[in-house]
Amino acid sequence: MSEPTPDPTVEARARRGRNIALALGLVLFVVLVFVVTVVRLGGSVAHRPF
Amino acid sequence: MAMSPAVPRSSAPPRWQDYVQLLKPRVMSLVIFTAITGLVCANAPINPVLAGVAIFCIAVGAGASAAFNMWYDADIDAKMRRTRARPVPAGKVQGADALAMGAVLSLFSVMLLGMTTNWLAAGLLAFTIFFYAVVYTMWLKRSTPQNIVIGGLAGALPPVIGWAAATGTAPLNAWLLCAIIFMWTPPHFWALSLYTSEDYQKAGVPMMPVTAGAASTRKQILIYSLLFVPLCIVPAFTGLGGMTYLAVAALGGLVFLILAWRVFRSRAGETGGQRNDDGLYDVKASSKDARNLFAFSILYLTLLFATLLAEHLLDLPAVGVF
Repeated sequence: MSEPTPDPTVEARARRGRNIALALGLVLFVVLVFVVTVVRLGGSVAHRPF
Repeated sequence: MAMSPAVPRSSAPPRWQDYVQLLKPRVMSLVIFTAITGLVCANAPINPVLAGVAIFCIAVGAGASAAFNMWYDADIDAKMRRTRARPVPAGKVQGADALAMGAVLSLFSVMLLGMTTNWLAAGLLAFTIFFYAVVYTMWLKRSTPQNIVIGGLAGALPPVIGWAAATGTAPLNAWLLCAIIFMWTPPHFWALSLYTSEDYQKAGVPMMPVTAGAASTRKQILIYSLLFVPLCIVPAFTGLGGMTYLAVAALGGLVFLILAWRVFRSRAGETGGQRNDDGLYDVKASSKDARNLFAFSILYLTLLFATLLAEHLLDLPAVGVF
């Protein structure tokens, strides 16, 4: 028995949804790395000798 | 191979809620709760932002394990009433997407936890994901009735990860929290499996009631309960828990043992004692004792960890024998 052919419109919508989710995930990752870096370095940077 | 079942393919595109379901949000909430307890009980100064990110990473790591599990177990999930509505067996999300999501979230959570706190915590998180996805899901679950006993380690590690995230160490008290969840797992899951064994049998999962029978399972529930309850008292004497914890652990433990004894004396899991619909709590009369123990086990573990959390947040004195 062969598998039913997936509807191209549905496939495209699903792919678009996954792409948006990936983009949001990447943005979140970048924001979190930035925030963590600022928090971890914050004290050292503020009190470093010039 | 588990990834080859003929699961239906939905004609509608997956919704974001389907991807959330891949992360097993109910299990994740327990992981978050126990990890916060470990982090707070460590009594170490940690920046609240870093603490928040650490808990987020542990939660995402738990979600990654769940996605791996849903990808690999789609074939057996499709055969059981409790799991057949999950996104992969229901055809809402493709197995390959669940696998990709698990892999991406694993890398994301471990790397970020390492950068945020320390690599001991990150290493423990990586080990937990590996243990749940590979050791439990791919190996133990289909091969031995001890699957949930050994596999329970994955669910027991989050408080140790939380503790390690706060301190960079994993002392005895952290492992005590781990041991409590580890010993809680067998009576909790076997009580459930006593009235869902028909499903496990259909799916070919060697849960204890399927392989050893209901009577043996009821006996082992009692034995594990007799080991579990005294273990719950121990934190009161290692400086981890206070008087309130001691009272909650002792009284709750007494109820736990009474319920385990009732299960032992009951005919739960015998033929005709199966669940009769999709609800976890609606069972036939002979299995009500098992249902009661299952429900109370969740309440008891929640109370133990909530009490520890409250005592440490409110800075209540410990019993402090040692």
